[in-house]
Amino acid sequence: MSAQQLTGGPDFRTNHLVRRKRVNMGMEALAWLAAAIAIAILGIVVWSVARKGWSELNLDLITKNPIPFSLTNAPQGLSNAFAGTLVIVGLATLMALPVGILIAVYLNEFAPPSIRTGIGLILDILAGVPAIVIGIFVFVLLVSGSGQSAVKGAFSLAILMLPFVARTTIEVLALVPNSLREASLGLGIPAWRTTLSIVLPRAIGGIVTGTVLAVARVAGETAPLLFTSSLVGTQTSWNPSHALQTVPVAIFELSESPDPKDHARAWAAGFILLVFILFASLSARWLATRHARKIAGR
Amino acid sequence: MEGDEYVSTTIEPPMKEPSIKVETHRAPMPPKERLETIFHVENLDCIYGSKAAVKGVDMEIYKNLVTAIIGPSGCGKSTYLRCFNRMNDLIPSFRQTGTIQYHGTDISGSNIDPVAVRRNIGMVFQRPNPFPKSIYDNVAWGCRVLGMKDGMDERVERALTQAALWDEVKDRLKASGLSLSGGQQQRLCIARAIAVEPDVVLMDEPASALDPIATQAIEQLMHGLKSQYTFIIVTHNMQQAARVADMTAFFSISHGAEGQRWGELIEYDGTEKIFTAPSDKRTEDYVTGRFG
Repeated sequence: MSAQQLTGGPDFRTNHLVRRKRVNMGMEALAWLAAAIAIAILGIVVWSVARKGWSELNLDLITKNPIPFSLTNAPQGLSNAFAGTLVIVGLATLMALPVGILIAVYLNEFAPPSIRTGIGLILDILAGVPAIVIGIFVFVLLVSGSGQSAVKGAFSLAILMLPFVARTTIEVLALVPNSLREASLGLGIPAWRTTLSIVLPRAIGGIVTGTVLAVARVAGETAPLLFTSSLVGTQTSWNPSHALQTVPVAIFELSESPDPKDHARAWAAGFILLVFILFASLSARWLATRHARKIAGR
Repeated sequence: MEGDEYVSTTIEPPMKEPSIKVETHRAPMPPKERLETIFHVENLDCIYGSKAAVKGVDMEIYKNLVTAIIGPSGCGKSTYLRCFNRMNDLIPSFRQTGTIQYHGTDISGSNIDPVAVRRNIGMVFQRPNPFPKSIYDNVAWGCRVLGMKDGMDERVERALTQAALWDEVKDRLKASGLSLSGGQQQRLCIARAIAVEPDVVLMDEPASALDPIATQAIEQLMHGLKSQYTFIIVTHNMQQAARVADMTAFFSISHGAEGQRWGELIEYDGTEKIFTAPSDKRTEDYVTGRFG
């Protein structure tokens, strides 16, 4: 009787089975290959940059200033460029972060839906504007006639950072559960206080992550800085009212030099930039998981 | 209120099967003329966009009683509850007409500050929603922000005791509020709501996510607290309404000629009357389980 019931069931042994398995395996292999290509490209880039810059990758690179037209073998480095990048990217973050967070808070917590979509679209367009266009814009607006400075360079980088910071902040604010806002508002707490004390602390992990990634992105920007902070001396300076050398601009200039040692130094500086971005991304991840664990109460 | 000793009665509904047995441990209600009106609702409509969710509610809610709102899903009982502390203001497409007088003042107008309304009319939500803060700070934060700063430790202890949670958490006040169980979290939310000394506490299905023991704890604390607060509770659970409420309002869904649906107040009376001798056929069908 049970045998009859078995034969009466649907027939699972279709002809499609073999074909389906093959298609499945093929697609899986393609997906695997795509992932492997991405990893391989990153590996090749890191490896070739490190190999070509190896001879100049030493402490002198970040502690010594460049010696232009040097005929001796005196050790030289790009200390001025690293200092300038720190100053300019730091200033850009100081400019973009508060504005970006305020935009996001307004859009996600207070704005009516129509304004939210409208300004969201504008942020997306701003994120798509080529960096060199921002560079020309800031050049015409601020530099032309009055000269370059690190502040103006920072301003152009801040414009590039702004949509990233605002966008990621909007995303993490949207992840804050409404029940928390209701809990606070239901106690008779004003909306601004709810945002400040309940919503933002809950989202701070994501905001920090987004900011670190935005910093990593603009730290390698060259085009806007060519217009705003590229006519520089060879001494290390922390004065933001002067034009300061930056790592990407230094790489660009060294790559045009006839001296092969300058090329090696450009590669070495590029390697340090890569390592910085890698480190920034990893620490962003680490901060995000740590914060997630903290708000989960563990 | 009068009559401190609780009377235990078993009420047999006079209707045919299936009937529900209603057990109450309630003090008998004072006579109507001794009740003080806290909310006077008149001709209230709740509208989302162009669709009415609740229409034409007239209702008196009395001070220091537990008032339950029961009805099938989609009858607008949560929407109605959220009108009492302007929580619907958070929904952009929401509109309401009619009046809700709170101690004689219409709180539904645009000239009224919803923050001030919520300051007096607290709320406990369907899902426990403690802040990602310590147990102590969950209770203390609201008080601190609202300027009730002195005697904070006593204030926190009193609120947690009233919410029947103190004994379970007194040794770990620094632990995160999220480390508690669901039932404890909900009692923490009740402690948070009463710590700021509201006048009314709204409860939107406070026990729907909880097990029977946690539910019982919350019902008992409502009994214990109603001499100080006025409770309005929305519930899916008729037995719960029968157990905790002095007054019960039954909402149902009405259908229009063109397929519209809206929630309507069908009957509002003493809980015993609603569950044993309802005057409307729809109420009878609902409380006997023939519809729902």
